Amino acid sequence: MTFFQADGLSIHFGGIKAVDNVNFTIEKGEIFTIIGPNGAGKTTIFNLVSRIYEPTMGRLVFQDQDITQVPAHKVASLGIARTFQNIELFEHASVLHNLLIGRHCHRKSNLLSEILFLPSTKRLELEHREKVEEVIDFLDLAVYRDQMIANLPYGVRKVVELGRALCIEPTLLLLDEPSSGLNVEETQDMAFWIEDIKNDLGITVLMVEHDMSLVSQVSDRVLALNYGRVLAEGAPREVQENAEVVRAYLGG
Amino acid sequence: MLINGIAVGCIYGMIALGFVLIYKATEAVNFAQGDIMMLGAFAAFSIIALLGFNYWVGLFGAILIMAVFGYALEALLLRPVIGQPQFAIVMLTIGLGFIFRTVAGAIWGHDPSAFYTPFTGKVSSFGPVVIAQENLAIIIGTALLCLVLYLFFTRTRLGVAMQASSQNQLAAYYMGIPVKRVFSLIWAISAGVAAVAGVLLSPLTLIDPGTMGFFGIKAFAAAVLGGFGSIPGALVGGILIGLVEQFAGRYLPAGFQETSAYLVLLLVLVLKPSGLFGQMAQKKV
Amino acid sequence: MRFIFKTRYEQDLNIARHGGDWFWYGLLLVLMVLAPLVLDLFYIGELTLVLIYAIAGVGLMLLVGYTGLVSLGHAAFLGIGAYTNAYFLGQGWPFLITFPLSGIVAALAGIAIGVPTLRMTGLYLAIATLAFSIIVEKVFSHWSSVTGGFDGLPVDAPDLFGYELWEPWQLYYIALVVLVLVLWGSANLLRSPTGRAMVAVRDSEVSAQSMGVNLAWTKTIAFAVSAGITGLAGALFGHFVQHLAPDSFAILLSIQLLLLVVVGGVGSLHGAIYGAIFVGALPQLIAIARDYLPPAVSQIPGLEPGLFGVILVLFIIFEPFGIYGRWRKVKLYFDLFPLYKKATFKRQKAYLKTERLR
Repeated sequence: MTFFQADGLSIHFGGIKAVDNVNFTIEKGEIFTIIGPNGAGKTTIFNLVSRIYEPTMGRLVFQDQDITQVPAHKVASLGIARTFQNIELFEHASVLHNLLIGRHCHRKSNLLSEILFLPSTKRLELEHREKVEEVIDFLDLAVYRDQMIANLPYGVRKVVELGRALCIEPTLLLLDEPSSGLNVEETQDMAFWIEDIKNDLGITVLMVEHDMSLVSQVSDRVLALNYGRVLAEGAPREVQENAEVVRAYLGG
Repeated sequence: MLINGIAVGCIYGMIALGFVLIYKATEAVNFAQGDIMMLGAFAAFSIIALLGFNYWVGLFGAILIMAVFGYALEALLLRPVIGQPQFAIVMLTIGLGFIFRTVAGAIWGHDPSAFYTPFTGKVSSFGPVVIAQENLAIIIGTALLCLVLYLFFTRTRLGVAMQASSQNQLAAYYMGIPVKRVFSLIWAISAGVAAVAGVLLSPLTLIDPGTMGFFGIKAFAAAVLGGFGSIPGALVGGILIGLVEQFAGRYLPAGFQETSAYLVLLLVLVLKPSGLFGQMAQKKV
Repeated sequence: MRFIFKTRYEQDLNIARHGGDWFWYGLLLVLMVLAPLVLDLFYIGELTLVLIYAIAGVGLMLLVGYTGLVSLGHAAFLGIGAYTNAYFLGQGWPFLITFPLSGIVAALAGIAIGVPTLRMTGLYLAIATLAFSIIVEKVFSHWSSVTGGFDGLPVDAPDLFGYELWEPWQLYYIALVVLVLVLWGSANLLRSPTGRAMVAVRDSEVSAQSMGVNLAWTKTIAFAVSAGITGLAGALFGHFVQHLAPDSFAILLSIQLLLLVVVGGVGSLHGAIYGAIFVGALPQLIAIARDYLPPAVSQIPGLEPGLFGVILVLFIIFEPFGIYGRWRKVKLYFDLFPLYKKATFKRQKAYLKTERLR
């Protein structure tokens, strides 16, 4: 069974080939990291996977299912969750509220029962809440539970966003630069959490990351991109020592 | 009738141009654009009919006054709202529109006013075709205005700076472009364009606080038809709306002339929401 | 200051946060129920109007305050509700059917206008609703066989189980019951997944989508519910004025409703109520103000729209969260006295956040 596969993935914006014939597969249970200089097309790949962009060519397969035609709001219920590079939380809502929205794809109540707030709706809400509390425990967010996002420091927001993605109960988690904007200590915490997510929750992680120490600490395999094309793929060490990758980073 | 439609359409186009300039630069939509046009017409009216200067002094005086007015408006009232949710700006400009209308009514009265223009009542004939000079003035005026704006945006430093800041605000800021002032200037230009539209329109409809506001709403139809955010689209959309209105008045039952612009607007949204020249906008993450 | 110890998850789900809330809401309700016994006719009428505004305000609040969309044409839905109710009452249908019907027709009209526009950014909805409202107003005046055209349409009294309710206090109680039901339903909606999805759409469309929120569906539902509630308010408004004329549902009314939402406080149901009181009292306030203003100002024709504009602009610039936002600040000030810090509510520096791709 193929867990996740990108097959000849390409997207062109006008004349620019942002992603050009990229192939890779992710095995269940591994941490797969995409690296590359700015503008290499890393985030674009994320946006393709979460179906915000239409690929020009190629296809995406997830758990033997072609997801190239799935609408963007259905991706979450397939079990693919993501975070964003520049934090896209719901600013004017509490942490709890944000995490509960992560449960949206598991919504079972219908509009009418919600307006009447039938006992069944209440029971479902309490179930969602219990799942959310598990995530709050896992990420140590209890102190911030009732705070507005707008009042939280950047590092905490990053964790809340991770939590919101976990509330989806994904099988594949997409992390877009989890360490950007974090200090050394927060980055270290993030590294532990990513490892816990893989080991304790059994979630496969696809990550875009710049911080090489974090990459080599947690990744099982690394894919290096430049100008939308694959430069190298393999274990973190190999890729880091690959001559083409070094050239792409240092210029020349 | 064709010419009439094109002329009125040019006015719509010019107001729509005002929306689009502001929208492209600041992502705000100015719902008071029609009222600013009305103020421009009244400014010219004051200079020409009340102070007794000639038409050209009135025209350029009005442009200048409205440009200063637009600049001040942005700097004083709109800047505090930048970065607030979009509806804040929508509501703010709607509120401003109502204020302008009341103030104009208080100063100049609610009865329609008019001033003398060199074109009033004259016609030009081109072979068999006879055209009222008022309409001709509108069409030529629009063409000249477009030429000036085109040259401004492509040939002058300031124009290029404006284009840059509408493409990428932060990058423009880093390149040393004073983004705040550029925004104010764009409002100034937009208000100036509205003044031109108001002065050119006034021989056709007379100036009165009530009706000119509706031109603003119809101009939305023009802007949407052209694909919000496209400058040539705004003009083409305006002319099309002007024509549709003329023909609806001639061939359709009563009540359709005044609503045809809105019907076109809704139809465009149903059939081709990106308009004739638009690109679909999506947020970058 | 009250500290709440939460021991059960249900506590976060309750509408009232603690016993004190129940006490105050209950007291308010009792006072509202007793009010017609002591007030004279004029004030009962005024209160009824406030209740009707509050219903429409809750409808618009769900759209503007919680989903972040602006409708500039809610007067049209008010009108559609009013005309639907009046027309079918005139055909001899019972009020218990025509009243819900007026909400349903308004909601369907909302869906019709929402489906094409809601795929685009919120601006398109604002523009489309504006155009829609102008068209609807024209339809009211030209479709004489149903709406009575410019002559207007008389509205029969609502009837319940065979009794015709002509008395003002009867309409007052109907409006009160409807408002309580609408508030309860809205509060329920807001504590369920759909309400959360609405807030998510307001704050970040992209991430809402990645969380599994169907943007177009959520927006359409929000718009339909909003239009439907406004339609209900419209039906009651018809009974209040007893004679419908096309020009009662012009743009100015839409602006008045938006004023209600902004002044009351965007993003809270409390705000809709405060706003309704404000908008209901506004004509009186203006009448009083006229006596004190110099005649040169007070005699300006069309002063009201201008004042609406001034109030709108002042609130947006100085108190974007309206009366309710101000109330929370005042309350916090006394709760924390003397430790209140001005910085608590200080607005963060905001930048233009682009919704565009390039």
